This record gives sequence, structure tokens and C-alpha cells, in this order.
Amino acid sequence: MNVYLDNNATTMTAPEVVAAMQSHWAELYGNPSSVHHFGGQIRKDVARAREQVARLLCASADEIVFTSGGSEANNQAIRGTLDAMAGRKRHIITTRVEHPAVRGVFHHLEKQGYRLSEVPVNRNGELDLAYLEQSITPDTAIVSVMWANNETGVIFPIEQIANMAKARGAVFHTDAVQAAGKLPIDMRKIPVDLLTISAHKLHGPKGIGALYIRKGTKLTPLIIGGHQEGGKRAGTENVTGIVGMGRAAELVIEHLGEETERVSKLRDKLEKGLLEKCKGVVVNGKHRLPNTLNISFEFIEGESILIMLDDLGISASSGSACTSGSLEPSHVLRAMGIPFTLAHGSIRFSLSRYNSDKEIDYVVENMPAIVDRLREISPFVGLNGSASSFGAPPACNT
Amino acid sequence: MWDYTDKVMEHFKNPKNVGVIEDPDGVGEVGSLACGDALKLMFKLDEQGRIQDVKFQTFGCASAIASSSALTELIKGKTLEEAEKVTNQDIAKYLGGLPEQKMHCSVMGKDALLAAIDNYRKGAKAGEKIDVDVVCNCFGVTRQEIERAVRENNLTTVLEVTNYTKAGGGCETCHDDIKEIIAKALREKAEAANRQPKKKKKMMTNIQKIQLIQETLEREIRPALKKDGGDIELVDVDGDLVVVSMRGTCARCKVANFTLKEVVESKLREFVTGDLSVVEEKTLEDAP
Ligand SMILES: Cc1ncc(COP(=O)(O)O)c(C=O)c1O
Repeated sequence: MNVYLDNNATTMTAPEVVAAMQSHWAELYGNPSSVHHFGGQIRKDVARAREQVARLLCASADEIVFTSGGSEANNQAIRGTLDAMAGRKRHIITTRVEHPAVRGVFHHLEKQGYRLSEVPVNRNGELDLAYLEQSITPDTAIVSVMWANNETGVIFPIEQIANMAKARGAVFHTDAVQAAGKLPIDMRKIPVDLLTISAHKLHGPKGIGALYIRKGTKLTPLIIGGHQEGGKRAGTENVTGIVGMGRAAELVIEHLGEETERVSKLRDKLEKGLLEKCKGVVVNGKHRLPNTLNISFEFIEGESILIMLDDLGISASSGSACTSGSLEPSHVLRAMGIPFTLAHGSIRFSLSRYNSDKEIDYVVENMPAIVDRLREISPFVGLNGSASSFGAPPACNT
Repeated sequence: MWDYTDKVMEHFKNPKNVGVIEDPDGVGEVGSLACGDALKLMFKLDEQGRIQDVKFQTFGCASAIASSSALTELIKGKTLEEAEKVTNQDIAKYLGGLPEQKMHCSVMGKDALLAAIDNYRKGAKAGEKIDVDVVCNCFGVTRQEIERAVRENNLTTVLEVTNYTKAGGGCETCHDDIKEIIAKALREKAEAANRQPKKKKKMMTNIQKIQLIQETLEREIRPALKKDGGDIELVDVDGDLVVVSMRGTCARCKVANFTLKEVVESKLREFVTGDLSVVEEKTLEDAP
């Protein structure tokens, strides 16, 4: 059985999306900027996709700029804002748990001389709002806080944070790559200036994303040298990707209510099943996206678990050091103060609307044997004075 | 994910010799939960002093478990003197190779083996660490462990040392210590090479060699560095060890090691002699 539970990494391209893109790979190869009829048709398709993406965010189409993905949109939002300010403000704020496509940008800017504040989170992954509020000063150029975390699924109170930033005159950006398609997003209600989404996290194609730019927000383009995207992003459009993203957004709107509810129930079932069947297990993060379960298995290592799961056809991911190629476990789990003992054994299961009840049963059935097997090999199980917070030697009771 | 060989996967999925021995003759423990991998190794000797039984327990990724399993297979039936000669490279070779970033798993195997043998020779006090000179505090790696890994694997950069021992992979404050250990090992190697009369080498007096090195630096390396506002100076030539100093952008650059090793050393080996090793002296100055 093949069970794909790594949807926060990327998602299956929906068959409807593939169908929508089909003709753009082949006969509809025109350049949307061209005057002839070839270009005209494509222009309409791009415009429709822009409408579809705008609708997902309750925004207007002229506030949407297509990019090569979430990473570019994040770079554009943050660097473009600072560029437009031409160094008038020198302070920037983000969180300790951002995706590298935000975190890396901020660290780069810090090296260039900007003063950086990084807002901490607590053990549950919740943001220290008081810290954030105190950090914002008249010198603060931009505040960037992700809507939901990719590793733990923890959701931040974006409306409250956006209001905080706006009240103090800072530009507010949110990386909504993980939130889009899983939570309702309404730009009429929330005073976000800039918002990032990526198609491949919502059953669209890879290599295409969008930046929402609220009317009146000053931004210097990152990619210069063409009139495309209203002069905000040069380069002949990735038409196929744009059309696919539009269709994917349309499908998400269709599925947001009912399907999200179903996915949420499946996730809860998985969580409950694992907590019941295995000992020495801790769930990381409170107030999460409906599809995400980040769970730590004490005394065993994430990569080993992943490979054993993969052997059974189950795809997930881990915050362990070994999987990332770095030597330290995930910066998100460390920021939360999750002990190393648990961080190394963390597994992220992330669901989508394509998962079924049967698949979840299959995972819950098979997990205990994997945990037992690895704990059999582990030298820490049953050691006196070990770091176990669970008293008895943890083992899975199958 | 990593590209593991079939052999690694086989030893991960069906590791040999997992478990504990009731009454072991030697026990070695290395690593910790915090580090993300740990290995406990124990053995029992027969009357002839050969390893009759060996068992392990490992916390870690697939390559850590496979390395432990491979180690036990390699040392079974050997005397302790023979077992001691098994290197981390033997473990990696047995497994058909390990990804570079995972070499520390094989080194952990070797460390545990030495700890267990030491424990046997000292008798009692199971699992006590003998090495106290911890260089990397983040991962608890000792000077001896780093020296051994450098020697046995001919490591020449901090990055390589991190890949093989984890040392330096955390807060990075020990990078200078690691550089010194590397330099010392290279010096010792050069000295050892000098003591052994070279087999029919292109004879070159020391002065000729230094001249040639100077010329090569001048012609092949300095121009490129200068373009980026950097520079390189020859500080000393000690046998086959070339000590240089870098300044400007390249000295502060994170990949200075890379430049040094990849470019300078390869050029010098190409144009002077193939035995040269390059190390970096403390930077001349921190140009603004
Ligand atoms: C929160 C978050 N931001 C940004 C990105 C990057 O998006 P993309 O892969 O489209 O560049 C991702 C995906 O990995 C993500 O999870």
C-alpha cells in the first residue's frame, strides 16, 4: 500500500490541474505579450488564473503577482520592501521558526547591517506576542510572521499580529504557503500588506507561486528587465504553471469546507491511534493546521523510522538531524525547547484531501512494530536514570 | 534522503549481533542522546583471547545502525590486537561505502571498539570515558578522537572533520582547535615522510623548493585572490608542509578552507611536488 503523508513538503498534482495545463504544454505555446491571436488566447488564460488565485485570498486580481514559487515570493516581499525604503528604516522583525526562505533572507539582511529581532515561541510552538509587540518601533521596516508552520502546523494569530504591525507603521508580510488551502484566508478582513503562497502545496504544479501585494504597498521588483506582471516581475510568464495554479486554487475553494473537516478527522484519528498504541510519544505543537501531526518517539531516531515506514510504502518526514544532513535537529523544534531526546525522534505526518481512512488505519497498525524494533536496538531503553519522563521503559503495546 | 548502498540497508534492516551480553569482558559506550547517535558495544573473549561474542545497541540513523552491525561482523573471532587494527574505513568499505556526511557513523563504531578494549584492559568500571580533553563541547568529541580520525582518513579541512566526527558541527567555536589538530597531524605526517628516505625522488634542495612554491603562488594563485581583494603569503616551508597566510576577503570567507585545500594545494602539487600539504597560519590582518 502506498500512503503519502508528506503533503507539507509537496502535494500530488490534482488530475484536474494536469488536465488544465495539458494544452499549454503543446498547442498553446504563444507568448502572452504577443499581439497576434496566439498571444491573445494565452493572455486570457493567464488573466483567468489570476482571478482564480485572487478569489482564494478574497483579493483583487491586480494584487496578485506570479513568481517562481514561495521562496521567490518571500524574497521579493522582504527585500523588495526594504529596497523601496532605501535604508530609511533599519530594523526588521521575524520569528525563530520561519521557513528557510524567510529566515535565510533575514539572516542575510542582518549581515548587511539591519538590526534583527527574532520572536521566540514557547514549548507549544505559540508565538510570544508580548515580545513581538515590544519589538516594533518606529524604526521597524517590516514584520514577517508565517501564517502556519510547515514543520509543526502551528497556526499564528495573523489578524492580531497584522494589526499590531500596522498600528506601529511597519509593513506586514506573512508566508502563508502552508496556510493556503488549509485555512480560510480573507484579505478584506486582515490588514496584511504582503502574502506568499505556493502552488505545489495545494495540489498545483511546482515552480510557481504568487505574492499578494495590497494596493498601495511600495515594493521594488527583485527581477528587473521586463514589463510583465505589471512591471513587478520581469520575464516571460510560466503560463503552464500559472494556469495550473489557477485551477488548483479553484479546486481548493471547492474543497475548503467539507474536505478540510474530513482531513482534520483523519489527522485526529492518526494522532489518537499512535498515542494509544505507543508509549513514550509526544505531540509537538498546539493549535495546528488540520492536516499536520508532528510527533516524537522517545529513544529512537527519525531517519531510521522514516526508512522503515518507507519500506511499508508510507511517506513522511522528520525533524531529526540525520535526515537534514545537518548535525542538529530542526530549528523549529529547538526553538520550542523540545529536548534533543525527542527532537531526534520526531516524525511529521501531513495529510491531504487524497488520504483515506484505510490509509490511516494502515499507519496506526504498522507503527508500533517499527517503534518496538528500533527500541530493541536502542541502548537507552530501560536504562536507569535515563532521560525518560515516562517512568517505565517505553515500548509499544501492540 | 541519502543514497545508501544495499549493504547499508541490509545491515540496517537486519542488523547482526544486536543485544547485550550478560557477563561481558569489555564494554564501550560512545555518543549520547543529545548528539543524535550513540553506540554501546560489548564483547566476550574465549580462552585463546579471541572475540567469541560481540553485541551492540545503537541509537541513531540507518547508517549508524548498519555501521555498528558491520563492526561486530568485522571483529568477531579476532584477537583484541587484530580488532584494534580495524579502522573506520574498513567499516565503511564493508558496507560498500557511506555518504561523506555519514562517515561519523563509522568513526563512532571504531571509537566504541577502542573504548570497549580499553575497558577490558583496565578492568571493571564499565563505560567510563578515558579521554577528558573535550575539544567539541556540542557533541562531546575529544582531542584523541579527532586526532585519530584525521590520521586514519587523511582529513585536511574542518568540514571533513565535522563529517567524520561531528566535531565542529554545532557552535563552531572549536574550529580553531580543529585547525590546529589538522596542522599538527600534517606536520607529523610530513616529518615522518622526511625521516623515511624517499625512493628515488626528483631531488630538489629546500631552497629550490621554496623558490618554486613562491613562483607558483605568484603565478597561479595570487592574481585570482587579488581580484577579490585578498592575498596569500608564504609563511614557512617545513618539509612537505607549506604554511601560508591569507588575508582580505578570502581570509574571512567561510570557505577559505576550501580555497586553500582545493586550489592552493592542488596547484602546488601540480607545479612543485605531489607530496605537499598546505595549512593556514593565523590570518595576517583583518583587512576592513
Ligand atoms: C512555509 C513555507 N514557506 C516557503 C516555502 C517555499 O516554497 P517553494 O517551494 O514554492 O519555493 C515552503 C515550502 O517548502 C514552506 O513550507
